[in-house]
Amino acid sequence: MVELLRIELFKIWKRPRTYIAFAAITAIVLIFQFAFKADGISYMNLLLQNVQDSFELNKIKAINGYFMCYIILNTLLIQVPILVALIAGDAISGEANMGTLRLMLTKPVSRTEIILVKFLASFIFTLLLLLWMAVTALYLSLLIFGVDDMLIFRVKGDESQIMQITKDDIMWRYYAAFGYAAIALTVIAALSLFFSVFAENSIGPIVAAVCIVIVCTVISNIDVPVIEQHVKPYLFTSYLVGWKGFFYIGTDPSNIPIKGSIENWASIRNSLLILLAHIVILVGASAWFFNRKDILS
Amino acid sequence: MMKFLFLILFLGPLTISSRSQSINQLVEAVKAKLDKVQSYQARAKIKTNVSFLKVPIANVTVYFKGPNQIKILSDKGVSFIPKGAMSINTGSLLEGSGYTVIDGGKERMDGRDLQIARILPNDENSDVVLSTLYIDPVNLLVRKARTTTRENGTYELELSYGRYSNYGLPDKLIFSFNVKDYKLPKGITFDFDDGNSPKPTAKNTPQKGKAEIIFSSYQINQELPPGIF
Repeated sequence: MVELLRIELFKIWKRPRTYIAFAAITAIVLIFQFAFKADGISYMNLLLQNVQDSFELNKIKAINGYFMCYIILNTLLIQVPILVALIAGDAISGEANMGTLRLMLTKPVSRTEIILVKFLASFIFTLLLLLWMAVTALYLSLLIFGVDDMLIFRVKGDESQIMQITKDDIMWRYYAAFGYAAIALTVIAALSLFFSVFAENSIGPIVAAVCIVIVCTVISNIDVPVIEQHVKPYLFTSYLVGWKGFFYIGTDPSNIPIKGSIENWASIRNSLLILLAHIVILVGASAWFFNRKDILS
Repeated sequence: MMKFLFLILFLGPLTISSRSQSINQLVEAVKAKLDKVQSYQARAKIKTNVSFLKVPIANVTVYFKGPNQIKILSDKGVSFIPKGAMSINTGSLLEGSGYTVIDGGKERMDGRDLQIARILPNDENSDVVLSTLYIDPVNLLVRKARTTTRENGTYELELSYGRYSNYGLPDKLIFSFNVKDYKLPKGITFDFDDGNSPKPTAKNTPQKGKAEIIFSSYQINQELPPGIF
């Protein structure tokens, strides 16, 4: 199985489309960093609004590496599922399209093992993508913008909030957030793999997975009570942004942030469990259908 | 009856005049005490209490240079310093191009009899419209101040004194101020809904914010670092 995984990874690294994902992430991150270096104050003014009438704040200090990474991830983690789908959606259907699937199945490995290996290869690709994001969005931003306390701007129900996390309490939150993002993106990989089982070429499963992500994300962001209460909890995309929960710091009764705390760990844990359940169900279903599929190409 | 009317008509204004004279003297005595401090540098902690702000206690250094220059600088990190906190120096309420003092009577607060002085700036263009000082006449200390401004609404100071009361400098100060409602446009932050939404509050109503400033030490009338102001 390890040998099989090695072959799968080799195939992924040999495909030019693999590098499109890394290039796209690099380009987006660099553009963000350039824009904020040039005129980050305007964005900070937009976020602070009339708070500036009542409070003095050093905005230059507020636009630091930690803040930059949060802003970049906020945008990027909505787009990255598309990049993951590009690889995972090709896993089985790509083989079918090239006519190598039958050849592969002549080897003494079970179909379940093939699905697991394809899934593991997509998972490793996702991890490497996130690692690259950490290097460019976090470490490069820290290098360019420096280290300081981080401001989190949030809309919670009808209220808007500004939370401040001290700089010595941030890094572990990023590690946890990247860990969470890895699981969230793995759901997309599992979904793309699932569609890939049924297709004879890669376009179909990639487009299907991307469309589902886009439609569900749009629905997840509709602020209408009937959607929020009855639809949102059942969409996996509602849980993709759960990584942010690590940055919602807990506070004492007088609103002072408590170092090392998370406002609602139970909610993050439940989201993680829901995402893990999606992965298990989708990979299980992929194996089940693949085991019963007539391979004609 | 005629004697009684005579007393009211002639002695009444005399009494009012003497009260007004005494409140003027009291305010002048407080001002003289505050004027002993030409400059100071103080270490302090600011605890901000505003509903939409979740910020840690800030360690700051307060720099003051007479008659009314004040600067609050955060020692490290990003800090939200209330803008009105620049007027924590009660002496600044008694500066400017003259003022009129009106006797506001007496009030008992925390077991002390305080004299109320209403300060009206003579300058019509002054941002401060009215200041009300609650003065402890025994120790010549301002225990509470309420200031109404044209631009920034009304703010209040409650002052507690300790080691530096001889200079009229507080150990602790509670500063209340108006803050506007903070509203981010929806969809800008793509937040994680943890199913724990707070109860909706009244919209577009001005809120009250509080900042508690606790001074740990003062360096009085010593040279300040260059380039502060």
